Amino acid sequence: MINSTAIMLVVVVPVIVATLAFAWWYRASNNHAVRDLDESYEGRVEFVVWSIPALTVILLGGVIWLGSHQLDPRAPIPGKTRPLRVDVVALNWKWLFIYPDHGVAAVNQLTIPAKTPVEFRLTSATVMNSFFVPQLGSQIYTMGGMTTHLNLLADAPGEYAGFSANYSGEGFSWMRFVVKSVPAGDFSGWIEQTREAGSALDDSSYAELAKPSKDVPPVTYRLVEPKLFERIIDQTASGPGNSAVGGAWCPPARQAGG
Amino acid sequence: MLGRLSWAAIPFNEPLPLITAAAIAVVIAAVLFTVTVKGWWPYLWREWLTSVDHKRIGVMYVVLGLVMLLRGFSDAIMMRTQQAIAIGGAPGYLPPDHYDQIFSAHGTIMIFFVAMPLVIGLMNFAVPLQLGVRDVAFPVLNSVSLWLTATGALLINVSLVIGNFARTGWMGYPPLSELAFSPDVGVDYYLWSLQISGLGTLLTGINFVTTILKMRAPGMTYFRMPVFCWTALAANLLIVAAFPVLTATFVMLLLDRYLGMHFFTNDGGGNQMMYVNLFWAWGHPEVYILILPAFGVFSEVVATFSGKGLFSYRSMVWATLGICILSFMVWLHHFFTMGAGANVNAFFGIMSSIIAVPTGVKVFNWLFTMFRGRIVFRTPMLFAVGFIVTFVIGGLTGVLLAVPPADFVLHNSTFLVAHFHNVIIGGVVFGALAGINYWFPKAFGFTLNERLGHASFWCWLIGFYLAFMPLYALGLMGMTRRLEHIPEPSWQPLLLVAEAGAIVIFCGILCQIAQLYVSIRTRQQHRDLTGDPWNGRTLEWSTASPPPAYNYAVLPRVETVDAFWQMKRAGRRAAEHAHEAIEMPRNSPAGFITAFFAVVMGFSLIWQIWWLAILGFLAAATMVLIAGWSTEREYAISAAEVAQMEGGRLEQRA
Repeated sequence: MINSTAIMLVVVVPVIVATLAFAWWYRASNNHAVRDLDESYEGRVEFVVWSIPALTVILLGGVIWLGSHQLDPRAPIPGKTRPLRVDVVALNWKWLFIYPDHGVAAVNQLTIPAKTPVEFRLTSATVMNSFFVPQLGSQIYTMGGMTTHLNLLADAPGEYAGFSANYSGEGFSWMRFVVKSVPAGDFSGWIEQTREAGSALDDSSYAELAKPSKDVPPVTYRLVEPKLFERIIDQTASGPGNSAVGGAWCPPARQAGG
Repeated sequence: MLGRLSWAAIPFNEPLPLITAAAIAVVIAAVLFTVTVKGWWPYLWREWLTSVDHKRIGVMYVVLGLVMLLRGFSDAIMMRTQQAIAIGGAPGYLPPDHYDQIFSAHGTIMIFFVAMPLVIGLMNFAVPLQLGVRDVAFPVLNSVSLWLTATGALLINVSLVIGNFARTGWMGYPPLSELAFSPDVGVDYYLWSLQISGLGTLLTGINFVTTILKMRAPGMTYFRMPVFCWTALAANLLIVAAFPVLTATFVMLLLDRYLGMHFFTNDGGGNQMMYVNLFWAWGHPEVYILILPAFGVFSEVVATFSGKGLFSYRSMVWATLGICILSFMVWLHHFFTMGAGANVNAFFGIMSSIIAVPTGVKVFNWLFTMFRGRIVFRTPMLFAVGFIVTFVIGGLTGVLLAVPPADFVLHNSTFLVAHFHNVIIGGVVFGALAGINYWFPKAFGFTLNERLGHASFWCWLIGFYLAFMPLYALGLMGMTRRLEHIPEPSWQPLLLVAEAGAIVIFCGILCQIAQLYVSIRTRQQHRDLTGDPWNGRTLEWSTASPPPAYNYAVLPRVETVDAFWQMKRAGRRAAEHAHEAIEMPRNSPAGFITAFFAVVMGFSLIWQIWWLAILGFLAAATMVLIAGWSTEREYAISAAEVAQMEGGRLEQRA
């Protein structure tokens, strides 16, 4: 991003300066200006005029190709530790974070170990949203019936703000969560603690949670139905009341970017 | 009997829209009253509402665009105010339900009912004149297009009082715009008003492509057309290719909403991303439908006011056509964040930045046109210089957004909002305002007041920078768009600056209203008797201001680019003898009446009053058929009348 800004600035700044300079110097009232009112074509200038943007864009094209591959949200982040898996579900208007390997879940609060890569699978049980923690990196859409993938890494412990970056209706402005990046030891402590307190996330408590609400304070769940993430995708793709017959006539849930 | 319509549709509990509606009603009543008392109806009906003259239609399009600009701008200032005060614990003055309608209406109105009418209006006015012909290919169809566009604009304004508007953003992404999440009439207002006006736009596209390809003055080969005609051709080709995509996409969404189908729903095998892809397959060309004619205006303005021919006409044309084709290959950059693979993102990122090449060439060509010229700073030229400086900044941020890794953190942020306002205000709006100031004397026979024109330019320019530079910064700080409540108190100072910028732009709009008023009051001092107030280069300046209904008594013979410039140089004047009778298209009420029934149909479809919808459709269709089969479409202006009008002009000039 810095590269591309620099490349563009090299062209843009002289253009702005030249525009203002030409506009000023060749004003009709300036008697010192040398004018040539018949000149409307000059091959050498023409060549330069096409080459400058073309060369700039060739340079930029390289930056874009490399950048797109290096910073692909789906590309796993190399790290010494095994990545933590987190499943994300966008609800009206809050975020559900499921830790499939630990069997716990949280709403509007994402606790992760620092310096450990995190592998996200994301979906939406409602309209489209975008999962975004600016301080950690890329955002990615969450879409009903589909899964997207994102890999992030928090370099240091701390608290980072996260939110939905795609307008999703009335409670959109309040669809915020906090990312708590904690030292690895504290993270296992947090898992233990969470397992011991709060309620379980089963079908009925999920149905309750899925009802529209906004500005929801963080909650944790000690136990999560296995395969809840997959079931939410199937349920969204087969529609309300259709879950029984859903599998029979619906095409399988699409895997965006899978 | 009345479908979903009942008294509950009128928001009696919300004072804001009701007061606005009451104020608008008072203004409309006052206008209607004045028109009636002064007995202007026959004149209005005869000379304007039923006119098929491309110049009149162009003027009416521009008036529609300017009136809707006021509506779209009041939405803007309401949003800026909400964001400037709804911070931390403060809820602001607008509930989410209302705020969400405002930003959706703002986008829809500004794109479809401000930018489009302004651009199409200028093309209507200038293209046939520049081509040296007497009208467009299908004059009655042209009037139908205008009134269908007005129908859409009217329906959107009706939603202010009866029912509500969409709360989905101007793109109307499903599943939010599906029945499951937006069960009320808001999205239906959005869809039907755009379907009806979209039909009008498509007809305009067909009309202008035909006109430019088939009707040019004798000797005007493609490479002797003024650059504005080239950009108009490119824009209309894009309309013909892109608007059917939008219409088809909306038909699918309508089928979902009205017949319970599953094109874009979460369930039933629907795919929301299909809508998003299709929407932008129209949406990105749409950007160029707007900006290419603006580029055309600037090409004319820069050449005229530098007293020089446009630098490298041919590369300008090829750059225009290049942009026209490339614009169909970049749509995915509007949603890199959907999670496509790195190869797909890289491809669309590179394609998007390639568009910067022809655009960059254009900028350099304008620059070299100014180089060694004699630059006269009339209002249109000020807008042109303001445009070049502002637009390259928009280009810079645009290329930045085309880099996928950058887009992954800037997507949907206020950085993006600032970017597209940068190119649309700095490009399209400045272009339209330059074009209005440039062609106004041609349309009405007197020039606009320069002092107020300069004042409006400086307000627009400074207001733009004040309003949108803070949004760039806020976007980099992580502020996303469409927030009804601001979570971060530290953003408030920048949001207040943005609000101030909006107020400065408002001063610019006031200056323009004052400019119109003062210019009309003092029109006798600013009469343009020569028909050529700017020492112009293209054919439209060779005829009278305002031009007679037939534009040219004798069609000009074209031998070069900048045909009129060459004529003036060679001391050749348009032939002044041997006038012949001229056949001109007759006025037709078809457009106005069709649109009236289209309003009835659209309104009843929105409220599901089926019988009335069917009646409205049948009546509109019948009107179109009657107009299509009518045989008395033309009237003749006799040679004597032509000679008299032309003679009068020469006398005036002498």
